[in-house]
Amino acid sequence: MADGTQGIIESFNNDTIKTDLPRFDIGDTINVHVRIVEGTRERVQVFQGVLIGRKGRGVDEMITVRRVVDDIGIERTWPINSPMIAEFEVVRRADARRAKLYYLRDRVGKSRRLRDRRRGMKHVEGLRTKQ
Amino acid sequence: MAPTLLGTKLGMTRVYTDAGVSMPVTVIQAGPCYVTQIRTPDADGYAGVQVGFGDIKPRNSSIPMIAHDFKAGVEPQRFHREFRVAEGDLGDYEVGKALTVADLEKVAFVDVIGRSKGKGFQGGMKRHGFKGQLASHGVERKHRSPGSIGGHGSEAGASGRPKKGKKMAGHMGDVRVTVRSLEVVKIDAERNLLLVKGPVPGANKGVVVVRPATRLYKSKAAKAAEVAG
Repeated sequence: MADGTQGIIESFNNDTIKTDLPRFDIGDTINVHVRIVEGTRERVQVFQGVLIGRKGRGVDEMITVRRVVDDIGIERTWPINSPMIAEFEVVRRADARRAKLYYLRDRVGKSRRLRDRRRGMKHVEGLRTKQ
Repeated sequence: MAPTLLGTKLGMTRVYTDAGVSMPVTVIQAGPCYVTQIRTPDADGYAGVQVGFGDIKPRNSSIPMIAHDFKAGVEPQRFHREFRVAEGDLGDYEVGKALTVADLEKVAFVDVIGRSKGKGFQGGMKRHGFKGQLASHGVERKHRSPGSIGGHGSEAGASGRPKKGKKMAGHMGDVRVTVRSLEVVKIDAERNLLLVKGPVPGANKGVVVVRPATRLYKSKAAKAAEVAG
């Protein structure tokens, strides 16, 4: 009984974990298509922003996406595997040297931007982006 | 009436409901349990069922226990527990019968009984939720102390000592705990697995008792009746 415990729990997780996610890394600008239910109607809202952190792993993995509207920063955090998220799209791939880009919160103006990725593109070459 | 089962707490994870809400669940391996003895009002003065659960190597069991299980026609069982059963339901049980999670199919809510994790010797704040004292305003070195324990509040009136059962610091945890009315999220009869909503007492791989919920408030009772059909 003992050795299979984690395996049994993983078997339930595997039903939930999404396998069709595009490859996205920290710093990428992504579109998150969020399902919103209003009464009986359902619509999809797109949230575009910079992926500033991924946290947790497996079924518990969360992502934090930051965007700036009218000089007000907005950050939203979702579980990657939530069925409320219809789709992820990569809009632009950028260069980040850190796993968490919390320093972007303190940046103002042009320094807010991340460089386009010039190196380390090999593993994403030819992968789907929106443009 | 659905039976009471013994099981093993395997651990926790999350599942998403149809509405997209993340729900914390505990995975319990419940059963199969085998009826090893039946208590009847005639012979024992009450109606009950003794069940065994879990594999054990015969060399780790004892000769009397092996014989006891053998008489019921089952392999040696690691755990034995006895549960009261309504007299009229005794007919549902026979010695050697296997009880599985499939028997919980029409149960919407269960109670889970386990032995909580031992916390050691703990102070009043952690053990009983006392508020402690202020952080400042002249309080020194007593921020987590329980305060006055009274001196003359005993059952016998002004006896000059604290009341019996006064909540104080002491050993916490490692006691039998019942969590009531947990929602059954999923039943996997093939693998004897049961998913219930929320946490259950004890460490992973600990033994728990799963029984149909005994006290339900109105909205849950309505749902339970609906599931039971």
